[in-house]
Amino acid sequence: MQTRLNLDPAVVREARALAAKAGQPIVEMARTHTTVSVERAVLRLAGLQGADADGMPWVNRLVDAVRETTGLEHGVALPAWDALLTGGYENLAALAAAAAQGKAAFRIPAGADAAAARTAASAALATGIARIDANRAERQRMIEQTSEPPKPWIYLIVATGDIYEDIPQAQAAAREGADIIAVIRSTGQSLLDYVPEGATREGFAGTYATQENFRLMRAALDETSRELGRYVRLTNYASGLCMPEIASLAGLQRLDMMLNDCMYGIIFRDINPRRTFIDQRFSRQIHARAGIIINTGEDNYLTTADAVDAAHTVVVSQLMNEFFGKEAGLADSQLGLGHAFEINPEVPDSFVLELAHAQLVRELFPDAPLKYMPPTKHMTGNVFAGYLLDAFFNLCGVMTDQSILLIGMMTEGIHTPFLSDRDLALENVRYVRDAAGRLGESFVPAPGGFIERRARQVLGESVALLRRISDEGLLTAIAEGTFGITKRPADGGRGLDGVISRADGYFNPASEILESGERAPAGGPDPRTSPVEAGAAR
Amino acid sequence: MSGNVVRPYGDTTGDGRIQVSFTLPVPFGTPAEKARAEGAAMQLAGKMGLEPAMVVHAKGMGPDYTFFIVYGRVSHLVDLSQVTVTEREFPLLSSAEVNLRIRTGLGRKLVVVGACIGTDAHTVGIDAILNVKGHSGEKGLEYYREIRVVNLGSQVAVPDLVARSAAEGADAVLVSQVVTQRDAHISNAKEMSAAFRAAAPDPGARGWPLLVVGGPRFDPSIAPELGVDKIFGKGTTPGEVASYLAYALVPDAGRGVQAEVGASA
Repeated sequence: MQTRLNLDPAVVREARALAAKAGQPIVEMARTHTTVSVERAVLRLAGLQGADADGMPWVNRLVDAVRETTGLEHGVALPAWDALLTGGYENLAALAAAAAQGKAAFRIPAGADAAAARTAASAALATGIARIDANRAERQRMIEQTSEPPKPWIYLIVATGDIYEDIPQAQAAAREGADIIAVIRSTGQSLLDYVPEGATREGFAGTYATQENFRLMRAALDETSRELGRYVRLTNYASGLCMPEIASLAGLQRLDMMLNDCMYGIIFRDINPRRTFIDQRFSRQIHARAGIIINTGEDNYLTTADAVDAAHTVVVSQLMNEFFGKEAGLADSQLGLGHAFEINPEVPDSFVLELAHAQLVRELFPDAPLKYMPPTKHMTGNVFAGYLLDAFFNLCGVMTDQSILLIGMMTEGIHTPFLSDRDLALENVRYVRDAAGRLGESFVPAPGGFIERRARQVLGESVALLRRISDEGLLTAIAEGTFGITKRPADGGRGLDGVISRADGYFNPASEILESGERAPAGGPDPRTSPVEAGAAR
Repeated sequence: MSGNVVRPYGDTTGDGRIQVSFTLPVPFGTPAEKARAEGAAMQLAGKMGLEPAMVVHAKGMGPDYTFFIVYGRVSHLVDLSQVTVTEREFPLLSSAEVNLRIRTGLGRKLVVVGACIGTDAHTVGIDAILNVKGHSGEKGLEYYREIRVVNLGSQVAVPDLVARSAAEGADAVLVSQVVTQRDAHISNAKEMSAAFRAAAPDPGARGWPLLVVGGPRFDPSIAPELGVDKIFGKGTTPGEVASYLAYALVPDAGRGVQAEVGASA
C-alpha cells in the first residue's frame, strides 16, 4: 500500500501516542476490576451451560450465589472450584443448582485447599481455551478446503427472529454472493444481564444470540461453504451487558467476526462506561485468541452527528479501538475498524469528501480489514436515488481498497429488505467491482489537491481532539458528550452494580492463560495480505 | 366533476401508465420456465388492472424465484373528491423543528422522565423511544438537543417515579408497559395516573407532568379512562413522541419564534 495522501508520519505517530495516553488509565482500571459478566464468562469457558426452570442460566445463578456469600473480589473461580472439590458435586451445573437453592457453601480457601482449587479451575479453563484454539485451527482447515474469497468481502444481514428461518435465508444469501453473514440480535438483548439459552424462534427485529443459535448457524454455513467452495464467515454482536460471555460463546462455536466497539454501548445504549471498558478488555482477549476479527462501530457516530463535521471523531474512535484492541492482544489483521458513507449528498463535492475520508482511514490503518458501511441517514423513500447512492458507496469502497463492504439496500429505512432488494444490491456491487476494481491502483489524488488537504484537515482535527481527551481523561470526555452527542457520566448508565474491584488474591484462570503470552497455534493468514486477494482485488 | 377525476400520468395526459416491480416464487431457468414465469407476471398484472401490460425485465433469483419489472396502463380512475385524509392531532416535526420549537417556545430544555413501572422488566419499548439508538431509522429522544432525558429503567415503583419526576422537574413522564398478563398494563397505568393526581392536587399547575403511556397492546382511545394524557400503541416511532411532546407542551411556539425574530432584528 503506497501512501497517496502524503500524510506526515510525525502527525500519525503523535495521534497514536495520544490515543495510548488517553487509553492507558482505562486499561489500568480494567486490570484492577472485574465484572459479573467476566466471571460468568469464566464459567462458560469451563463448560457450564444450561439454565434453571425459569430460563435463568446456571452461570448467573452460580455467580450470584458466590457474590452474595464470599463476594466476587477474588473472582468466582476460587470459591466455585473449592466448593466443587470439597462439596462432592458432580460438576459445575450440580453446584450451580445447589447454590441457587442456597444449599452450597462458599468460602475463600487458603493453603492447600486454595492450591487445589486453583489447579482444578486452571485445568478446566485450559480445556475450554483449547477448544477455542481447536476452532481457530478448524477455521483455517475449512478455508484451505474451500477457499478464501477475494476482497472486498460482501457482508449481508439476516434478522428474522427465528433461527430456523435465519438459516435458509443465510444460506440463500451466501449462494447469492455474501461472504459474511451477520445475524442481527433481538432489539434490547444488549441490555439483558444474561445470555438466553437454547435455539430461539422469537425475537424483536432480530434473533437472540445464544450458544445453540451460534452452533446451528455455523454448522449450516459450513455446509454451504463446502457446497460453494468458498468459506462463508459468520458474525454476531459481542456488545452490551454480556459482552465477555458472548465473546466466549463465539470462540467456543467458531464464529468468525464479532461487532465489538469500545464505546458503542456507552454512547448508544447507556451502558455504564466502566462496565463497558472492563468487559471489553476480556472480550477482546478472547477474540484475539480465537482469531476472530472484531468490527467496530464508528459508523454510528455519523448517524447522529454530521458526517463532515464529525469525521475526526471517527478517526479518534478508530485510534482508541486500535489501542485497546492491540493492548488486548488483537493483531492488525483482526481490527475491522468501522466507518461509513454518510455525507449528505446535497453537500457540494460530497463524493470527493467521502473519498478523502475513506482513503485517510485506509492509510492510517494499512493492515486492518476495514469495514465500510453504506449510506443510511440520507436514504429516502426514493429507492431509485438510493440505488445510485449505493453505487457511489460501492465505488468509493473499491477505489479506496476497503476490506469489508456492508451491502447497502435501496429500501434502507423503509422495510426489511425484500429478496429482490438484496438481489439488486448484490448486482450493484458486482457491477462496480467488475467495472472499476482496477480503478483503485490509478487513484492517486493530486498532491496538494482537495482530497489531500481534506484528509490532512481531518487528521489534524483528530490530533487536537485526542490531545484534549488525553489531557482531561477519556471517562471525562465521554461524560461531557464528546462522542455521539450524549453525555455519559462514569457512574451512570446500566450495569455499574456489576463492577467489582479486584482484591489482592484475585484469581481468574482464563485471564492467566490468555495473558500468559503463550501463543495460540497459528490460525489463519493475514486476511488483508492473502494471495487470493492480491490477484483478485487489484 | 371531471376535474376531480384523474389517471396516472406517463408521458401523456390520461394515459394511465405506471410501473411496478415484484417477485414471484417461480423458477426462471429453462425456456419453458421462463415463458411460464412471464405468463404468471402478466396474469398478476392483469388482475391488478394493468391492461395492456408489458414485462420489461425478468430475472431469476436463485433456483426458485423470479423478479419482474412491469409497465402497463391502469384502467382505474382516482376521484379526488373521495380522497380522505386522516388528520393527526399534532403535526409531525423533524428533530430540528422539535428542537427549535422547544428552544423558542419554552426557552429551556424539555425534561422527560421515562420508566417501566410495576414488575415489567421489558425496557425494549421505552429504550427504543429514549435511547439515542432509537428504532425504525429514527433516533431516540436523547438525540434531541433540547430534550433532557432521564431514563429510570425497569421495575420502577410508582411512588419513586412520582418523587423522581418532581425532583427532575419533569415536563412529561413516559411509561412503557409490555407485559399484559391479567391486564397489568391497564391497572399499572391507572395506578400511576392516580399517584400523580394525588401528588399534585391542582392538575395543570406547574410541576404536574404530561402523562404518556405506551406499549404494543394499548388501545390509544382509552387515555381518559386511564387518566393519562396520551397513549401510543404498536409501531410508534421516537419522532412521533417528540412531535407530540413539542405540540402538547410548547403551545406558544409560533409566537416564540416571532418574538425571537423580532428581538434579533
